[in-house]
Amino acid sequence: MNKIRIIARLDVKNEHVIKGIHLEGLRKVGNPNKLAKKYYEEGIDEIVFMDAVAAYYDRNSLSHIIEQACKDVFIPITVGGGIRTIEDIQTALNSGADKVAINTKAIHKPIFIEQASKIFGSQCIVSSLVAKKISDNRWEAYIDNGREPTGKDIVEWAKEVEKLGAGEIMLTSIDKEGTKKGFDIELNRAVSSAVSIPIISSGGMKSSSDAIDLLQNSNVDAIATASTLHYNLEDIKSIKKSLIKNNIRVRV
Amino acid sequence: MKIVVIDYDIGNVRSILNAFEKVGVTPILSRKKEEILGADAVVLPGVGAFAHGMKNLNEYSLVEILKEYAKSNKPLLGICLGMQMLLDESEEFGITSGIGLISGKVVKLPLKDKDNEKLPHVSWNEIESKNIAWDNTILSNIDEKSDFYFVHSYVTVPSDENNILSTTLYSGSRFCSSVKRGNIYGCQFHPEKSAEDGLKILENFIKITKENRGV
Repeated sequence: MNKIRIIARLDVKNEHVIKGIHLEGLRKVGNPNKLAKKYYEEGIDEIVFMDAVAAYYDRNSLSHIIEQACKDVFIPITVGGGIRTIEDIQTALNSGADKVAINTKAIHKPIFIEQASKIFGSQCIVSSLVAKKISDNRWEAYIDNGREPTGKDIVEWAKEVEKLGAGEIMLTSIDKEGTKKGFDIELNRAVSSAVSIPIISSGGMKSSSDAIDLLQNSNVDAIATASTLHYNLEDIKSIKKSLIKNNIRVRV
Repeated sequence: MKIVVIDYDIGNVRSILNAFEKVGVTPILSRKKEEILGADAVVLPGVGAFAHGMKNLNEYSLVEILKEYAKSNKPLLGICLGMQMLLDESEEFGITSGIGLISGKVVKLPLKDKDNEKLPHVSWNEIESKNIAWDNTILSNIDEKSDFYFVHSYVTVPSDENNILSTTLYSGSRFCSSVKRGNIYGCQFHPEKSAEDGLKILENFIKITKENRGV
């Protein structure tokens, strides 16, 4: 089994890390650069910065935060939210990001994923999939930070982005997001068994027991959490310790 | 000390510059012949497709310059695609010639574990020594089985096993995760993205450069 990556997800609005429930009702929880540095020093494997208000302005405004983060944090950094053009990707990479997460633009224009991965390499293109359950074992893809339904089936869409050249999928469950009630295991199982690119699972984690539950019941490669870390529900060392106890390999 | 990071319009060089700055050296980003040949050490970064990387290197005449630089026996570090391009050729999208500083080729990472057939290999993973001791190399003072960050689908197969500095196991395949031939080094993982152990590699590279300069 591969080593599972534990990723800190920082949703940013106007210079603050914020956290909501179901991607709504946002509350400020801290400074993005201070939190990124803290989590890095505590042993996080990767950091994702999401511009939570990019959909309003149709652009990503995290460049200066990424630039600063890259001076303190020597692990992979992904930036998402409002990535609409090849130039946006170039700007994110020039700021020091390693990968970009793309959702809305890919739904409107799927070939964007192919173009982007051809220019920058698949390793750089994370397809951000935001899913809402519509019936048993069926989920719909959402865009604009979880506000707009698209009519696309999430599993079919996952297969399509893999074919288009996405290097990874970040899969967020709107139903679970911010609830601290555990991951949507069925969703993660459905998507991870349909594709062979790595899956980062996001949405619903409270503590390591949720991660263990997910990792023992689906084939995902990484877990992203926000609430667990922002609200000090469990620290990174303790999460990794519990995973190891359950025979899940992680970086120590 | 003058460390030149090769500028050929590929990938995230900002992180490499930042990581070197963190360990006390401010590198120069350049593709100029005189800068490169006058450097104490050179870093060849790179992500993405082999052919695309080689095309850019060729466009800026960097293949010839790097070959000339390598004759000086000054330290050179290739990272990720930058390591792969040190070899003779790659089979990614048809055969493409590399720089040829380390003999061997680049092939798709063979997947041998039915329970894990995911590519690209995106993960922290352990490195282990093979024939060469790590003392006085870029892996000096790094513990066996330390974790580094990998993101790639292709791997190097050096013809001379004595060029293999470390190996890594993924999906049942043990592949070459770092190479060394004299002062020419390459690592498949990203030291600039591998936390404290990664920074240690850059420090070791600087130390090798200092010692080489003193000779």
